[in-house]
Amino acid sequence: MEIFGIPTQALFGQLLIGLINGAFYAMLSLGLAVIFGLLNIINFTHGAQYMLGAFCAWFLLEKLGVGYWWSLLLVPFIIGATGVVIERTMLSRLYKLDHLYGLLLTFGLALVVQGLFTNFYGSSGQPYRLPQEFTGSFNLGFMFLPKYRAWVIVASLVVCLGTWFVIERTKLGSYLRAATENPALVQAFGINVPLMITLTYGFGVGLAALAGVMAAPIYQVSPQMGANLIIVVFAVVVIGGMGSILGAILTGFGLGVVEGLTKVFYPEASNTVIFVVMVLVLLFKPQGLFGRER
Amino acid sequence: MSKFKRNILGLAVAASFTVGVAQAQVSDNLIKMGVLTDMSSLYTDLSGAGSVLAAKMAVEDSGIEKRGYKVEVVSADHQNKPDIGSGIARQWYDVDKVDVILDTPNSGVALAVNQITKDKNKVFLASGPASSDLTGKACSPNTVHWTYDTWMLANGTGGAIVKSGGDSWFFLTADYAFGHALERDTEAVVLKNGGKVLGKVRAPLNTQDFSSFLLQAQASKAKIIGLANAGGDTTNSIKQAAEFGIVKGGQNLAGLLVFLTDVNALGLPTAQGLIVTNTFYWDKDDQTRAFAKRFAPLNKGIHPTMIHAGVYASVLHYLKSVEALKSDDGVKVVAKMKEMPTDDPLFGKGTIRVDGRKVHPAYLMEVKKPAESKGPWDYYKVRATIPADQAFRPLKDGDCPLVK
Repeated sequence: MEIFGIPTQALFGQLLIGLINGAFYAMLSLGLAVIFGLLNIINFTHGAQYMLGAFCAWFLLEKLGVGYWWSLLLVPFIIGATGVVIERTMLSRLYKLDHLYGLLLTFGLALVVQGLFTNFYGSSGQPYRLPQEFTGSFNLGFMFLPKYRAWVIVASLVVCLGTWFVIERTKLGSYLRAATENPALVQAFGINVPLMITLTYGFGVGLAALAGVMAAPIYQVSPQMGANLIIVVFAVVVIGGMGSILGAILTGFGLGVVEGLTKVFYPEASNTVIFVVMVLVLLFKPQGLFGRER
Repeated sequence: MSKFKRNILGLAVAASFTVGVAQAQVSDNLIKMGVLTDMSSLYTDLSGAGSVLAAKMAVEDSGIEKRGYKVEVVSADHQNKPDIGSGIARQWYDVDKVDVILDTPNSGVALAVNQITKDKNKVFLASGPASSDLTGKACSPNTVHWTYDTWMLANGTGGAIVKSGGDSWFFLTADYAFGHALERDTEAVVLKNGGKVLGKVRAPLNTQDFSSFLLQAQASKAKIIGLANAGGDTTNSIKQAAEFGIVKGGQNLAGLLVFLTDVNALGLPTAQGLIVTNTFYWDKDDQTRAFAKRFAPLNKGIHPTMIHAGVYASVLHYLKSVEALKSDDGVKVVAKMKEMPTDDPLFGKGTIRVDGRKVHPAYLMEVKKPAESKGPWDYYKVRATIPADQAFRPLKDGDCPLVK
């Protein structure tokens, strides 16, 4: 059976690949959405922090012999801690100013970090060995699915849904949401709002770093890996609705699939299709698919 | 005035005097070279800062400054965008008095610079780009295409693979001038040798994830998946092909343009067995090894690629020609470069044809197994040498208007 001249079997494979790429979009845009939703900062350093996550995992493996699983646990904390430092020393001074200041600061930081890493490590990147337990692939009949890619989908779903649950369904999440609406009132209830905001930024950065560790075995660990991704991820956040957690997750996966299908039917447009979708969404629903009007 | 200061002053006066004499015919008394390259993206390691270094080494080794000429090397990042590259080229030629543009990896940028250089009667030493159109329908009396081109790659790597039984192909092509040219030239070789092309897919430049394209290649059941891309695109596609078990499934990859730095980035366990065609390998003989020994420590340990070697050799020959001619007029210098036989430590003796093509031998090489490699950067073994007269497209087949 064929759909538009493409065998359905091949199409299944492409849908699955789209979901895998969507998993990365979802994890990254989730971090961005959390940071924007709670801090009102457009975190352009996110791509660089994703890259730092991958590099940190590479350092741990090559220099200290720390394997993939420990990296998965340690790297989000290490890079998240650098995020906390950035929030305390720089970002916290900008909350009262226009969005543009935060954007410029984080964009500048990203350029500095990426420039430094390109200077020291070159552009072609470092290979990160695939963990032993993930070599090989599953035969799904319509395609060979590398075990590692299957893991990426599962892990990212768990992380995304976990984050959504914490923010939308727990007491901690309700404090966070309340603090964004009216920080003074929440503080009056005896909750340390600045600390909560700092930790939220650290958490968002940690999510980016986690995505970086998961990406390391698939892509070259290279200084520009985040720069290529960040623009797409921003489009995902805008389409999903700025600050909407569920929107970021769903559009992340959805746009991965849209991009995957474009790679089959009209590959030349595969790196522009997301922006076409963005234009259409902004025309008809300016607050994004899942966003609330402010 | 102290004796020391007096000596310095004397030297300066003497130097300015000799400069004035020697450079009577050189514009602004200065030979200014612009290295237009990729400083921040996927071609940085194979060209980038290494190309600037190679140009400076060539200036030093030529000894031309001791004979009273003033030479300056400047550089800029074209960001792989033809509009930005053209902007820099115009600024360099019109405002900054640059006489010659070097390197320029990325055929899209190079084709634009090629035209601007011709309009302004300057010189373009294209050692970085690949498109064979630079000496074909876009050939120019102001351009020398030094290191390699898509025809050479197609006939070197492509030809060797078709002849050893890889007769059905699927192309994974970088979607811009270079990829299109490499795909076209390789397809011609495949068809000429009785093979067939089962399909092709055009991926945008600087793609991160190739799995979707690789899956299409897998479905085509072609014996060979031809990678008509370069730099980071090549390493990512080779890496992900291994992940999806493409080679284990009986299909083979043909990396049509693989640089030394790509092999280094992939690591031998992934890259072993790849067939590549290069016109320069640092470990070829004593002279190339001596060059690499000087070059690598100044370039973060990165050993010279054929593009770095091309910058070095083309600058040496250019400076020789300027000195012989005592002028830096664009068309005249390039004519002189074509008239004088070339001779340098990296490519040996060679010539530049009327269409601007520099000809020298090419080497069909295989990437070593990890056990065969004696250490870092020991990556290739030479399988065959393609003689200079067969390595490049015959003059008559190029449709270059300069060939009558």
